[in-house]
Amino acid sequence: MGFMWIWAGMVLLSVLFGIGNGTLDAVGQAALEGASSALELAFGMTGAVCLWSAVMELMRRCGLADALGRLFRPLLRRLLPRASQDRETLAAVSANVSANLLGLGNAATPLGMQAVQRMAADCGGVASDELCRFVVLNTASIQLLPTTVASIRSACGSAAPMEILPAVWITSVLSVTAGLAAARLLQTIWRK
Amino acid sequence: MSFSTGIIPAVLAGTALCALLRRTDGYAALTEGAAQGLSVMVKILPSLIVLLSATAMLRASGALQWLTDLLSPLLSALGIPPEAMPLLLIRPISGSGALAVGSDLMARYGPDSHIGRVVSVMLGSTETTFYTVAVYFGAARIRRTRYAIPAALTADAVGFWAASLSVHLLFGS
Repeated sequence: MGFMWIWAGMVLLSVLFGIGNGTLDAVGQAALEGASSALELAFGMTGAVCLWSAVMELMRRCGLADALGRLFRPLLRRLLPRASQDRETLAAVSANVSANLLGLGNAATPLGMQAVQRMAADCGGVASDELCRFVVLNTASIQLLPTTVASIRSACGSAAPMEILPAVWITSVLSVTAGLAAARLLQTIWRK
Repeated sequence: MSFSTGIIPAVLAGTALCALLRRTDGYAALTEGAAQGLSVMVKILPSLIVLLSATAMLRASGALQWLTDLLSPLLSALGIPPEAMPLLLIRPISGSGALAVGSDLMARYGPDSHIGRVVSVMLGSTETTFYTVAVYFGAARIRRTRYAIPAALTADAVGFWAASLSVHLLFGS
């Protein structure tokens, strides 16, 4: 339902402005052109998306995801001390984080769902501080190679699709840190 | 050869060597991974078509310009290019909407322009916050999410600001 509002809002706003600005002809034209440009974009980026997805899957099977998970475990123990006491919860959490780092959304989501179900087993429908922190960790994207964006960039004719990499890393670290800091701060104000 | 052009061959060669040394059935993993990528594209394409069409309408009508001008004093003060405004609005709500708006901006201003780079970094370092919150709290049967959404939106806001800052620092202009 939410998405119907977004689409309807965009279309109605466009038509209103089209009438007001006398650009209604262009609006109708753009509706069709936009639809076909989606196919052009998909055509341009699908090859790259599939190649990256192939490479990341191979990395995962080579054990890189497990290695990343081990690397981040000390950090996760500090971030989620209670959940980490349970071996299986910690395993699901670190597998979720490493799948996210590799950009494997398909693998990360079920692992994360498994982790939150274990963490929320005895909370009675109220999010615990650790659960909030874990969700914040997942809403702030942390990805080693931003492959989807790189694919869009090459579809749009970028000379160096991966040149944004260092900027993405800096931004991700700042954004995750801010989210966790905000959670820490709000934790003291927001009573259960 | 720069870091950004070297990274692709390096990642590919490293993965190939790792698979050979580990003796995993690498080729099956490659084709299965590619098939997953294909199914992701097939899944997002219908909403990409619908939302890119609506984005093009917004741009052609002049509404996008109006929205951009509306918030431009605030964004300029933060060092964020006002042209990126539609992306800020849709990013936390809809993943394919963000791809539609982001690709529209990149096609218009060029992926290697200042705006194109800022938009790329924003897309690459933030997530579809409301979707993620809904999926995880839904799976955990949480009814009271407490401060999770404000904290997650703080991360998004700082991400948008840091995207502009880091592009400015690393690429100039």
